[in-house]
Amino acid sequence: MQEPVLEGCFKTDQELTDPLLRPGNTNCGGCGMSVAWNMLSHARGKHELQVVIPACCGIVTAGHYPVSSYGAPTVASTFASSAAVAAGLAHVMEMNDENKRAVCFAGDGGTYDIGMATLSAAAERNDDILYICYDNEIYGNTGGQRSSATPLGATTTTTPGGKKLQKKDITAIMAAHRIPYVASVSLAHLEDTRRKMQYALETRGFRFLHVFAPCPTGWKSEQAEGIDLIRMAVDSGLFPVMEIFDGVTTQINIEPSMSDEALETYFSSQGRFKKNKVDIATVRAAIDANWARLRRGVS
Amino acid sequence: MTVQLISANHAAAMAATLAGRANRNARGFGGGIYPITPQTECIELLAKQEFEKGGVIPVESEHSAMAVCMGVSLGGARSFTASASNGLAYMAENVVAAGMYRLPILMMAVNRTLGPPWNIWVDHGDTLMLRDSGWMHIYCEDNQEVLDSILFGYRLAEDPRVLLPIMVCQDAFVLSHTMMQTDIPDQEQVDRFLPDLDLPHRLHNDAVTVGGLDFPHETEVHRAQHQEAMDGVAEVYAEIQDEFEQIFGRRPADRIVPYRMEDAKYAVVSMGTTALTVRVAVDAMREKGIPVGAVRMRMLRPYPEKEMIEALAGCEKVAILDRDISLGHGGVLWSETRGTVPPGCVVQGTMLGLGGGDIRPQHIEEVIEDLLERTEDGSPVIKEVM
Ligand SMILES: Cc1ncc(C[n+]2csc(CCOP(=O)(O)OP(=O)(O)O)c2C)c(N)n1
Ligand code: SF4
Repeated sequence: MQEPVLEGCFKTDQELTDPLLRPGNTNCGGCGMSVAWNMLSHARGKHELQVVIPACCGIVTAGHYPVSSYGAPTVASTFASSAAVAAGLAHVMEMNDENKRAVCFAGDGGTYDIGMATLSAAAERNDDILYICYDNEIYGNTGGQRSSATPLGATTTTTPGGKKLQKKDITAIMAAHRIPYVASVSLAHLEDTRRKMQYALETRGFRFLHVFAPCPTGWKSEQAEGIDLIRMAVDSGLFPVMEIFDGVTTQINIEPSMSDEALETYFSSQGRFKKNKVDIATVRAAIDANWARLRRGVS
Repeated sequence: MTVQLISANHAAAMAATLAGRANRNARGFGGGIYPITPQTECIELLAKQEFEKGGVIPVESEHSAMAVCMGVSLGGARSFTASASNGLAYMAENVVAAGMYRLPILMMAVNRTLGPPWNIWVDHGDTLMLRDSGWMHIYCEDNQEVLDSILFGYRLAEDPRVLLPIMVCQDAFVLSHTMMQTDIPDQEQVDRFLPDLDLPHRLHNDAVTVGGLDFPHETEVHRAQHQEAMDGVAEVYAEIQDEFEQIFGRRPADRIVPYRMEDAKYAVVSMGTTALTVRVAVDAMREKGIPVGAVRMRMLRPYPEKEMIEALAGCEKVAILDRDISLGHGGVLWSETRGTVPPGCVVQGTMLGLGGGDIRPQHIEEVIEDLLERTEDGSPVIKEVM
C-alpha cells in the first residue's frame, strides 16, 4: 500500500488558523498557483515572510483593500520589478537584524519576460530573496497570451496558429547565475515540493523555485485534472524535477519512466494543443536530447 | 558647518549621505543607483560613503533603482536615488508607483534633454514628463539650493501630514558639474533637523497587501487624499522653512521667488538657472527705467497658484520662459502659469535654451523688449539662442 502523502496531514494547525492563501480568494477552480501557495503555507513553519507579487493572476488574488487574501504582509509591485522591490526589503531586514524572508511570487511573464533583467540582476547580486515562479506557461491575468514559457505548439490568443518556438530553459538560466539554490517543483510530488520549499526558506542568498503550475483556464483542461497533468509531464520526462546547488551540483529528484503514453495523454487532454496537433515524435526527441544534456551535468 | 568648493552633483550626494546617516537610529538608509550623464558623479560619490546602517545598491537599470527605493521605503528606511533624461523615462513606471504608494522617497534629478538624438545638456522636459506622477517637484538655481533642498525635501516628504515623494531638480552642467562654494552642515545639525523616519504604511507584521486592486470609487478616494496632501504642503513648507533657518542659519527660498516685483508692471517668469540670467537682464532693463521684475518657479508641484496670482497681481504684461516644450502646445510653465495673470494682462510664452542652448542676459532683454511691444497674447515661440 502506498504511504499517504505528507504523512496524511494536508493541513497543519498553523495552516488552518493562519494560511498564506486565505479562503474566499478569487482564483479559478483547479488553479495550480493556489496549490503552490498552499504548499508554501505548509512549508512555512515559523518563518515570517514579506511577499512581493508583480502584476499577474497572483496579485488579483490579493483582492481589494482593506481585505487581503494573503496571510503575510504583501507588496504589489509593477510587473517587471518584484525582485528589485524584494531586494530593497531584504536590505532593510538585514540592516535591522530581522530574521524574516523576502519572497517574490511571480508568474512566468514577470519572470521569463518582462522581469528577466531585474531577476538576473538580483541573482547576480545574490540578494537574500526566495523567488518563486509559478509557471502556467501563459499570461493568465490578461486573458491568455503567449509568454517565452509557452511551449511549442500551444495555442494562445497571440499564437493562434500554435507557438512555433520552444520554451526558455529557466532552470538553466538561473543556474548559470551560480546562485545557492535552483529547483524545479512538481505539484504532483508533494513531499519533494515541501522539502524544496523548506530548504529554500532556510537557505540564504538568492534561491529560485520553478513551480510548474496547471492553469485549467489557460490550458483549456479539466479543473480536476491539473495535478494529473503535472504527473504526466514528469513521468514522460517533459518536466525534469531537479535541483541545482551553486550552479554546479545537479541532482535529479524524480526519475521519469519516459512514458510515451503519459506524453500523449498530456497533450491530448489539453485544449491548447488540440488545434495544432503536436508531433509527439518531435517532442520525444527533444525530451531525450534534454535529458542527455541533463545527465551530463548530474553529479 | 564647513564651506567646500564642490559641484551640485557632489552637494547632492553629501546631502543624501547626511540625511541617510541621520536615520541610523531608526530603520536606516538605502536606495538603488544607476549612472547616467550628468548625474553620475552624484551616485559615484554616494557609493563611496560609509553608513552605520545601510547603503546604496548598484542595480541594472533605473526602473530597478526606483523599485529598490520602493522596497527600502516600504521596509521603513530612508531612501534616495538620482537620475536624468532617458533614465527618468525608463524609470517612469516606478516613479508613478512610488507616487501612488506615497512613499517619501527623494530623487535628485539632473535635467537633461531627452534623446535620441542624444544630447546631454539641460532641458526640463525630462522631469516635466513626470509632472503628474504624484511627486513634489523643486527646481534649484544654485548648488547650495540643491544641498539644502535635499535636506528640506526629506523633512517635507516624511512629514506625516504630507507623505509624498519629492524630486529635487537641477540643471545639467550649469549646476551639476559647476563648482561653487557650498556650506555643508554638520551631522549633528542634520540629526536635529531630520527626525527618525516612522513610515505609517511600512510593512509590519500585519497581513495587509500594499497595492492590490482598486475599484473606481476607491481610486477616486485615493486621488482625493493624495490631492489633499498636496494641498497641505504649503503650510508644512512654511513651518519647515522656519526650522531650517533656526538650525542652519539660512532660510530656504519660498515656493516662488519674486525679484523686484514690488512696483513691476512687467514680469518674466522662469525656472531653474534661467532665473539667474533673468535677474541680470531685469537689472539692466531697470537701469533703462523699465519697471520689470521676475518670478522664479521653485516648487512646480504642488503648484503655488495663490502665491503666483499674488506675485503677478500688478502686472500688465508677463513673459513666461520655458526650457522645455510640450510638443503640439507650448512650454509647460507657460501653459500652467498663464491662467494666474490678472484680467487683461498680456502673456507671451517663449521657449529658449532648449537642448541646453546658452541663455545669456541679452536674450532675456530681447524677450522683454518684444513683450513691451505686444498688445495681445501671442502663440508660444521658440527662440534660438545660438
Ligand atoms: C508594464 C506592464 N505591461 C503590461 C501589463 C499587463 N499585464 C498584467 S499581468 C500580465 C501577464 C501576466 O502573466 P504572468 O506573469 O505569466 O502571470 P499570470 O497572469 O499568468 O498569473 C500582463 C501582460 C502590466 N501590468 N504592466
Ligand atoms: S487563469 Fe490560470 S493561473 Fe490564473 S487564476 Fe485562473 S487558473 Fe490560476
